Amino acid sequence: MNCGPWREKLDAYADESLPAQELVSVDEHLRSCRSCAAEALALLQMKRATRDAAARFAPSTEFRLRVECALQKKQQPLWRISWLPGLAAASAALLLIAVSVTLFTRHVEREQAVAELLDLHVATLASANPIDVVSTDRHTVKPWFQGKLPFTFNLPELKDSQFTLLGGKLIYFNHSPGAQLLFELRRHQLSVFIVQDQSAGFAMNRAVIASSERGFSVEAWTQSGLRYVVISDTNPTDVHALGELMRAEEGQ
Amino acid sequence: MPHFARLYNFACWLTQDRAAAEDLVQEAFMKALKGFRSFQQGTNFRAWIYRIIRNTFLTSQAGLKASISFDSDADAPPEPATAETPESVLFARMEQQAIQKALAALPVNYREIILLCDLEEMSYQEISQALTIPMGTVMSRLSRARRAMRAMLAAGAQGVAR
Repeated sequence: MNCGPWREKLDAYADESLPAQELVSVDEHLRSCRSCAAEALALLQMKRATRDAAARFAPSTEFRLRVECALQKKQQPLWRISWLPGLAAASAALLLIAVSVTLFTRHVEREQAVAELLDLHVATLASANPIDVVSTDRHTVKPWFQGKLPFTFNLPELKDSQFTLLGGKLIYFNHSPGAQLLFELRRHQLSVFIVQDQSAGFAMNRAVIASSERGFSVEAWTQSGLRYVVISDTNPTDVHALGELMRAEEGQ
Repeated sequence: MPHFARLYNFACWLTQDRAAAEDLVQEAFMKALKGFRSFQQGTNFRAWIYRIIRNTFLTSQAGLKASISFDSDADAPPEPATAETPESVLFARMEQQAIQKALAALPVNYREIILLCDLEEMSYQEISQALTIPMGTVMSRLSRARRAMRAMLAAGAQGVAR
């Protein structure tokens, strides 16, 4: 079999960048060609190994502070110019830029943070051992996190609800430990991520924000200095219902 | 500062020197602040900021030296010494160090495209914007970069086996 044309598509296949129609034909070919299937697997393994190995260098806090200070200093001359005749226009423009940058940055950061948590949720569901502590009892799951997290949280009583607690696991998000709790509802699994406010890496309103990412329902909010994000492939109403239970328990 | 930690990691891989990476990141953020008006709302912010850091690197002294190899796209990289895929033999005992070593040894144009695709998980479209190259070049360069990396890993594995 001449696999040359197929081989040329395997990089894009591994990168999930093939158009839908070509994806189907490559999938079919891989089912019938062991050699190309091995090559595709090798590419995927290499991609994963590279991702893990390449996340290697982290900036120091001192360096981050230094850049922040330098950026603030750089912004000051703009304000000095603003007293010139175009004071009003310049001030308004600067304010608009600052607000736009802040809003845009927050939006981008929030999207990335949610995307990262979404990946964690999907990886958990795909894992053979999805949870570290397997229990439907909140009094077993919550104490398991003692000593592992620099914060604590409350878990709601679920016996009168339609949700079942499956367990929890320790995650690392933005280099800080956090909790992932797994719940079940009619065979759908829902993750509740709890991370520290400052480690979330994105600014978020105190209001509950519901959205849809890659077909998953997502709901996020801040409470008691912690950021909560609920993710599931079930409908937004169910996700909201679990969010309400968590919020009610934490608010007590 | 959006993407700060990831840009620093990317800069370390480009410069292969932490002090130079710090200078590069700081300079890139200054340029981003200064040139924010050139950023068109609605376009890809991540590709824009990576393009700034990459262009800043290319115009630095280290970048100018590294960019000598940039026109080598047409050159075929060395093929693996054996016909079998090196991964099948390697992955069981492959250390992260082996990948890091191979990545560091790649020409900068290969290293950066692998990092953008595999670590930053950018789409081909985003990579095209960040590197200011056509989509077709993204695909061909990525393929060559990966082959070159596999050849290096295979050569490294043979060295270990001896």
